[in-house]
Amino acid sequence: MSNQPFTHLDVLESESIHIMREVAAECKNPALLFSGGKDSIVMLRLAEKAFRPARFPFPLVHIDTEHNFPEVIACRDKLASDLGERLIVRSLDDSIKKGTIVLKNADQGRNAFQSVTLLETIAEFGFDACIGGARRDEEKARAKERIFSFRDEFGQWDPKNQRPELWDTYNTRVHAGENIRVFPISNWTEMDIWEYIAREKLYIPDIYYAHEREVIRRDNGILPVSHLVQPRSGEKVEKMMVRFRTVGDMTCTCPVESHARNAQEIIEETAITRITERGATRMDDQTSEASMELRKKEGYF
Amino acid sequence: MSNTTQLLRFITAGSVDDGKSTLIGRLLHDSKSIFEDQLSAITKTSERRGGMGAVDLSLLTDGLQAEREQGITIDVAYRYFATPKRKFIIGDTPGHEQYTRNMVTAASTANLAIILIDARKGVLTQTRRHTFITSLVGVPHIVLAVNKMDMVDYSEETFDAICAEYRAFAAQLGLHEMTCIPMSALNGDMVVERGENLNWYQGSPLLELLENVVIDHDINTTDFRYPVQWVCRPQTQEYHDFRGYMGRIESGDIAAGDEITILPSGRTTKVKEIVTFDGNLQRACAPQSVTLTLTDEIDISRGDMFVKSAAMPQVSKEFEAMLCWLSESPLDLSRKYIIKHTTRVVKCLFARLEYRVDVNTLEQHSSATLNMNDIARVAMKVQQPLVFDSYITNRFTGSFIVIDEATNNTVAAGMIIIG
Repeated sequence: MSNQPFTHLDVLESESIHIMREVAAECKNPALLFSGGKDSIVMLRLAEKAFRPARFPFPLVHIDTEHNFPEVIACRDKLASDLGERLIVRSLDDSIKKGTIVLKNADQGRNAFQSVTLLETIAEFGFDACIGGARRDEEKARAKERIFSFRDEFGQWDPKNQRPELWDTYNTRVHAGENIRVFPISNWTEMDIWEYIAREKLYIPDIYYAHEREVIRRDNGILPVSHLVQPRSGEKVEKMMVRFRTVGDMTCTCPVESHARNAQEIIEETAITRITERGATRMDDQTSEASMELRKKEGYF
Repeated sequence: MSNTTQLLRFITAGSVDDGKSTLIGRLLHDSKSIFEDQLSAITKTSERRGGMGAVDLSLLTDGLQAEREQGITIDVAYRYFATPKRKFIIGDTPGHEQYTRNMVTAASTANLAIILIDARKGVLTQTRRHTFITSLVGVPHIVLAVNKMDMVDYSEETFDAICAEYRAFAAQLGLHEMTCIPMSALNGDMVVERGENLNWYQGSPLLELLENVVIDHDINTTDFRYPVQWVCRPQTQEYHDFRGYMGRIESGDIAAGDEITILPSGRTTKVKEIVTFDGNLQRACAPQSVTLTLTDEIDISRGDMFVKSAAMPQVSKEFEAMLCWLSESPLDLSRKYIIKHTTRVVKCLFARLEYRVDVNTLEQHSSATLNMNDIARVAMKVQQPLVFDSYITNRFTGSFIVIDEATNNTVAAGMIIIG
């Protein structure tokens, strides 16, 4: 017999499919967190590969900060509807109205508050597992997180007390009220994601590709001008060819200068870039070396 | 990266003092996998801690705030880097004695283990411990990295003496295939580049070896094993009668038309189609995830296993295994636990504790219980039969985890022994 060699993408894809099927089989009421960003679009393709010709055994859930790029929200809705899968959207604005989120000012970054609305949504639907598109190469705290990451009733991650994870034998068990976060693309890197997008010809929001955009320079970064980000006195609006490496909260997600117009050109740029994905694009992660770790301990996915 | 890039998972075993973090930092740095913002963050930290000019590459692998405060690594961290030939996943484990369980965890998915030795100190107790765990968990390839050669004047005699002592010890564990490399992670000799100081060494630098070691046979390629994960019944107009068995091929291969046996029932049937999202396949092999349809209607559910091979797996409610106890709560022999083996979850009890292995001396002792980091041979009984192979012949169908029903924690890792 001759085994054809499998590429790293084949192996990663099969691992992710295996993980998703374990969730479907062992968890009572799972959900797939889906934002319309590139990683979660890869997750949708993996779910198709895992479960077609049947429908997904879980709904898609988006925790909307209301600070998202309109192109991303449009893509989210289009993909969910093209696939014929159920999409549940819960907004941070609902939590703000209820008073469970209190903002210091209306325009501040909202990434840190997603945990509150996420936990409220988990309680509302009784989800016992949330599948997310986080990757270990993104950030130091993520590098130590399990693929099946146990959370207590407060949604807290305890990095010093994680369940050992051996082979591909996953412990999915939780008590009532507890929750598991599952990260099927833990072992993928930013490069793997782009190679997969190119290989699978995935449709992603066009702001991932180079386009001309009005930006301002602030705090060592480039910020996109929008209804949420307006130039302060002394700041100048410039037009620049940019693309987004991540698409999060518009008030703190920075684009990078680029002329890459398709996935192949992004792969070439990614191969020679000298700045990490979050380092280049997320102002909120730069506030402290431990900011992601602190957010995760509070229930962030 | 090209369309033929393979994936290699490896672990590094050694203590901070052996320069393990520096080695990983050197691999990442010299293969140009470090980003400017990461370098600037660790440069700042090096300066704040009073480092003398040189950037401390070991800081790259420090993860959590708690660790940075204590200056130790407390858990398994995964690192990623790539060269044009391969993508690498490093399972980084601490070397402290109390963290045997972390090394077992990281080793369980590794193709290769790098055992790190300080050239000034030679083979130590912890070297023996790391090698024993590597052999216990069946990591297919071993590299002995004799580091800090700069501290022994790059002496070939010192290197040869250490390798000879190590090979003699490893042979006692049945390990004969390994590569020994002299290096200085601090100066970058024989890690990514050859350097100028070890010209007497004829072999490849570490990275070249990691890029070229043959891993195609790390998975058992002869015995088809397919644990059913999920039964797919779309019940739509188009797929009204479709019934597919979803899973991952853990070993061996399968073709449409092949006769298979379904265990534990023992019934036989034929594979009708190999279905995937990208179209039906004529043939598939490990580690592909697929969906199989069968020619006969048979009652099959998650936990059943499809097999096709001359060597059939065992189907039994009793077996022996090597066990690594992972939990802070000791084993309670009077209690029932839960086993997860492939896609099967069953209740179990510990019939006998044969012996405990002292990981430092490899001596066997009798023992009344098991504490965290203990390794022991045990006899187990399960409520329903499991379908298994010996761990030596099949890492996937020979392994299991033990779960405490009260806490839902994973408390032990088991490797099945037959005969």
